[in-house]
Amino acid sequence: MAEGERNRPLSGVLMDEELTLTLGELCRSCDLPAEELLAMVQEGLIEPVAVEGRTWRFAGTAVRRVHVAVHLQRDLDVNLSGAALALDLLDEIRALQARLRVLESRS
Amino acid sequence: MEYKDYYGIMGVSKDASQDEIKRAYRKLARKYHPDVSKESDAEARFKEVNEAYEVLKDPEKRAAYDQLGSQWRQGQDFRPPPDWDAGFEFTGGGFTGADQSRFSDFFESLFGAGGPFRGAGHATGRRGEFRRRGEDHHAKVLISVKDAYQGATRTLQLQVPEVDPRGHVGLRPRTLNVKIPRGVTAGQQIRLSGQGGPGTGGAPDGDLFLEVEFEPDPLFRVEHRDVYVTLPVTPWEAALGGTVAVPTLGGQVELKVPAGSQSGQKLRLKGRGLPAKAPGDQYAVLRIVTPPADNEARRALYERMAREMPFDPRANLGE
Repeated sequence: MAEGERNRPLSGVLMDEELTLTLGELCRSCDLPAEELLAMVQEGLIEPVAVEGRTWRFAGTAVRRVHVAVHLQRDLDVNLSGAALALDLLDEIRALQARLRVLESRS
Repeated sequence: MEYKDYYGIMGVSKDASQDEIKRAYRKLARKYHPDVSKESDAEARFKEVNEAYEVLKDPEKRAAYDQLGSQWRQGQDFRPPPDWDAGFEFTGGGFTGADQSRFSDFFESLFGAGGPFRGAGHATGRRGEFRRRGEDHHAKVLISVKDAYQGATRTLQLQVPEVDPRGHVGLRPRTLNVKIPRGVTAGQQIRLSGQGGPGTGGAPDGDLFLEVEFEPDPLFRVEHRDVYVTLPVTPWEAALGGTVAVPTLGGQVELKVPAGSQSGQKLRLKGRGLPAKAPGDQYAVLRIVTPPADNEARRALYERMAREMPFDPRANLGE
């Protein structure tokens, strides 16, 4: 462990929609082979946000979706479709909870 | 170390069948999975359930565990008896593909490296025989809405699993100072390259992914990048219009309330939500507050309004 690690603030990369990744970069970010990511694209679990020439670009937010899909498959024994469904429902729950907090605050 | 009541953790009886144990595990794993669960202690519970299942699903480990006897209680101080595992024949490895760093000292002392259960399960490459990229680590970071607006530096305390030269797994506390980038929203990840688990055989270290969540704020509620604030106004400000001060994440601003406004109406302050290339907006949600009729003069004013301003707000309710 380097000296001074405790004090030096680390800067990370924000994995948001403004960050875009090629398929290769997404593979490295998620530590997965391309075939597995292609299967996720086919399932609609992640979607390329743009095509530049013959290259797909994915949003930085795809990394979290891939991580959660991998965890769900490993820990709960669900298949890819099940993981995709769970991810969509989790996103919906998150959005509804944010909406609910906004509405509850008005009373 | 503390004794772990694996049957209690799984919510099954000591004579539960393997099928019952599996069903209980499936249910609890779904309930406490850290990516799914809303329980605050989900991660700890998930680890506990996995550890319990790792033992109870394997008839050999389960029999060895049962042999410790039933006089123990969850959390009781525990030392394994010297010959607790005598007379057992073990075929499998101590770990069946599960991540050993998730498990407790109690598990480690009974089934970990050095014991009779040590075996094939360890040959997963974490001992450095071949090149393997370090594992990615995940953690959650709770920040305030103001931190997300301004950017901030936060100090995090993480528990990092570490394998010592003898193969024992322990947790090492680690303190990290991390810059929270401006404009981050709840549910987003910050990737810290090379701050995850160490690589072996010269392979690169894994990454640390921090998932951001917002602390509840008494004033500001965030929906994606939009920010909502409840704005109390007087009846005359709402009816006649007026300029009022509104708090925003960037400081107080003046907002024009149009004449004839009603409670619940949303007034938009464009671009004053969380910053981004396409920044969010702030909405001031009006709430009309009536002053109390707590003296003669005020009551007279309300009575005069009732006389001179006949008005039925329930006209559309029918009947």
